[in-house]
Amino acid sequence: MLLSIDWILFLEKLILIAIVIFASLGIALYTTFAERKVAAVLQDRPGPNRAGPFGLFQPFADGLKLIMKEEIIPNTSNKVLFILGPFLAMTAALMTSAVIPWSSDVHLFGRVIPLQIADVNIGILYIFAVVSLGVYGIMIGGWASNNKFSLMAALRGASQAISYELAMGLSLIALLMTTGTLQLGEIVKQQMQPGHWWNIVYQPLGFLIFIICAFAECNRTPFDLPEAENELNFGYHQEYSSMKLGFYSFSEYVNMFISSVVMATLYFGGYDVPFLNESLLSPNVAAIVGVIALLIKVVIFIFIFMWVRWTIPRFRYDQLMNLGWKSLVPLALANMLITGALILWLGK
Amino acid sequence: MQALTNRAQPVNRKPMTFLERLYLINIFKGMLITFSHIFKKQPTIQYPEQKRPFSPVFRGLHVLNRDEEGRERCTACGLCAVACPAEAITMEAAERLPGEENLYREEKYAARYEINMLRCIFCGLCEEACPKDAIYLSETFAPANFNRNTFIYGKEDLLIPNPVTEPEAYAKAKGLN
Repeated sequence: MLLSIDWILFLEKLILIAIVIFASLGIALYTTFAERKVAAVLQDRPGPNRAGPFGLFQPFADGLKLIMKEEIIPNTSNKVLFILGPFLAMTAALMTSAVIPWSSDVHLFGRVIPLQIADVNIGILYIFAVVSLGVYGIMIGGWASNNKFSLMAALRGASQAISYELAMGLSLIALLMTTGTLQLGEIVKQQMQPGHWWNIVYQPLGFLIFIICAFAECNRTPFDLPEAENELNFGYHQEYSSMKLGFYSFSEYVNMFISSVVMATLYFGGYDVPFLNESLLSPNVAAIVGVIALLIKVVIFIFIFMWVRWTIPRFRYDQLMNLGWKSLVPLALANMLITGALILWLGK
Repeated sequence: MQALTNRAQPVNRKPMTFLERLYLINIFKGMLITFSHIFKKQPTIQYPEQKRPFSPVFRGLHVLNRDEEGRERCTACGLCAVACPAEAITMEAAERLPGEENLYREEKYAARYEINMLRCIFCGLCEEACPKDAIYLSETFAPANFNRNTFIYGKEDLLIPNPVTEPEAYAKAKGLN
């Protein structure tokens, strides 16, 4: 039984997982820096520029500061859950990266290595399942802190995530009607075909709903109600200190990175380079070009995330719920109906 | 109630339309405003490397002046201490001995002259009260320190360098180069 396992495949996937996780963490590390720089530039100031050239070592200084801080676990908290909270948030954030196609296949040592950890045929459902797990990190952390503010924030976070997942799912159903598959690798390959545009052309309204819901799922401004510094004293991670707090804020950035990747994959052609026929290049070059193209798209999305954050004030809680249930859900339903009608009418 | 200005506007309480409730158009307008700020000039001054020039009437740390032969001008008359609203200045007078004519300009001089920079409000009244042009407010301010008693500046901190024996330091203190 053991001998029948393809050990090289096992090793190959293990290396890929390690690369993806470290790359996600590294990108999240520098996203914290980019966030401060973008905030600064939008507010006419230079931002962090003292640590290293152009302040590039700032994230390491921040990380060192967090690690050196005193670790406080409140006496009245539920200690097991208190420690579990940030780890759940981080794990859920990183798990999503498993089904994302990072680029086309690489040919190495006579083997064809797909740059995707698992091309499961229910890729989108998997992403949804894991993203919904992310709310447990907030819920458990907020509840285990045994603090009224944290509990309020956890409740808000949970109800917000559930409301916005609905609209997000409905907007995705319309996308699935046009693609006809849940497999992420297949969705990208469809968009790469000559004569086929990126899905944003077919689903502009669906994308708009999806990006709004992605902001809410990542707890980013204007939907950062679980954190709400000025009403809830920093929200669900109020009692956290040291690296546990670091894990929470870090998982937010990992989430932002992953949802940017998902948006690029679903609506903007994934690793596709526009107006370039990748099959003319040698497979390894095409793979490298693909990774770079995907990362450029992701950087643009992350910039949009930050740009929105430093422009719009936070929504009030009733506005948030009204927007979710009374505007986005009907819009997503209408989008779904229109897409279905068009598919029937055009006979595609 | 009488309006104070004619600029008052009644609050618009019309319910929002569907497009307004989506917030998208106004959010987009706001994002264009913040984007335009990327290209604006930053007013930041990188402090230790760059310094903002003070105006010529800036009132900073005090300087006890010397005349062109390098003699102290202060005669310890005490007018500055009287003028000081914060009572930051104390001094002790002494009589000039024969042979000290190259040190002190007049027969009487300040043996001890102290200003408490934590009390001082940098109003410049001492400068105005001085009949001998002996005290001036310079264009530097007191540096930060960990210890309170380091803010009591004595004569050695306040006196300007001697223009005859140390012309370079004197020129630097005067801000001539």
